[in-house]
Amino acid sequence: MSAQAPPRPELDVVLAFADDELILGWRDSEWTGIAPFLEEDVAFSSIAQGEIGHARALYELAAAELGTDADALAFDRSPGEYRCAPLVELRLVHDWAGTIARHWLYETADGVRVAALIESDWPELAGLAAKMDREEAYHRMHAQMWAERLRSSAERERFETAVEELWPAALGLLEGEQRDRLCELVGREPVEAIGRDEHTDELGPLWDEMTMVRRSVPGAAW
Amino acid sequence: MVSAERVWEALADVPDPEIPVISLVDLGVVRDVEVDEERVRVEFTPTFLGCPAVDVMRDRMEEAVRALGGEPQIDVVLDDSWSTDRITPEGRRKLRESGFAPPAPREAAGPTLVQLQSHAFRCPYCGSTDTRLENIFGPTPCRSIRWCASCRQPFEQFKTI
Repeated sequence: MSAQAPPRPELDVVLAFADDELILGWRDSEWTGIAPFLEEDVAFSSIAQGEIGHARALYELAAAELGTDADALAFDRSPGEYRCAPLVELRLVHDWAGTIARHWLYETADGVRVAALIESDWPELAGLAAKMDREEAYHRMHAQMWAERLRSSAERERFETAVEELWPAALGLLEGEQRDRLCELVGREPVEAIGRDEHTDELGPLWDEMTMVRRSVPGAAW
Repeated sequence: MVSAERVWEALADVPDPEIPVISLVDLGVVRDVEVDEERVRVEFTPTFLGCPAVDVMRDRMEEAVRALGGEPQIDVVLDDSWSTDRITPEGRRKLRESGFAPPAPREAAGPTLVQLQSHAFRCPYCGSTDTRLENIFGPTPCRSIRWCASCRQPFEQFKTI
């Protein structure tokens, strides 16, 4: 941050967004090697790579404002300092219906958030959001395809139950009018959201694993 | 003496690390070159933000500029001003010859699943359009997997961005 300029009001939004993408990217990558079939192994690995790429670009943007670097933001904060939403923290590996329910809810909410950021007065953020939207279009397509597939399968009830359970946390990804838009897009009534105020117990173990190399060998490069 | 023209020529010899048949200039990701005495500024946009080859691309561009005696500055532009429409005709030909179907033109509204599932994509091996989507995602963020029902083999399709 330069000496005179006040911090940009959207900085908190950018950091929360980056944390969501990093943590969800981590969770998605847990399917690498064990997805129900090869195509989904490839898909979830690629989506994970996409989300982590977005996290990196958002952290770089925030880091330039804060006078730090992207790795420090991604790995050097304590778990309590992360701003990610509980929805992305949940470890859903082995629960395919739950994973697809989260994927569909997250990507739909993410589309709402990105569309708003494209209109930002912060030119670098607006430009980055527009590029991200082009990439996220493929994630949304994949999520939609799978949601429809499970809804028309014998696993319909498992999928719908998972959506019902995750819905308060999905709403917690967004604020204000963006929540109304998400309700419209997924065809659900608003409920009390599980927002970013508190983390789940599942963030701690993820953080331990994610930051292990960085903590063991500060400044390691490979 | 470094000139912009020589820098462009040198970058045209830098292969894409993941699709080495095509150079960074063919791929259209080199946006601009400015030369001021020894200082060479290259503007560049990655195809996808999560492209793992970005750092390798940057290093190789720097090496190419240094080999000409220039002092490189690689500026990465992360906005929507780049699209796969910038892949050159020569680049598209090289992709096709190596079994990659080049990307479809970008449309304002972005791609839809219905479009990807249509038969509008041509097999780079046999030219048939009797092809179908196997997986939106492939071995790198920029590629999808399709299947050609005519020559009965899979091929990779460059995603439209």
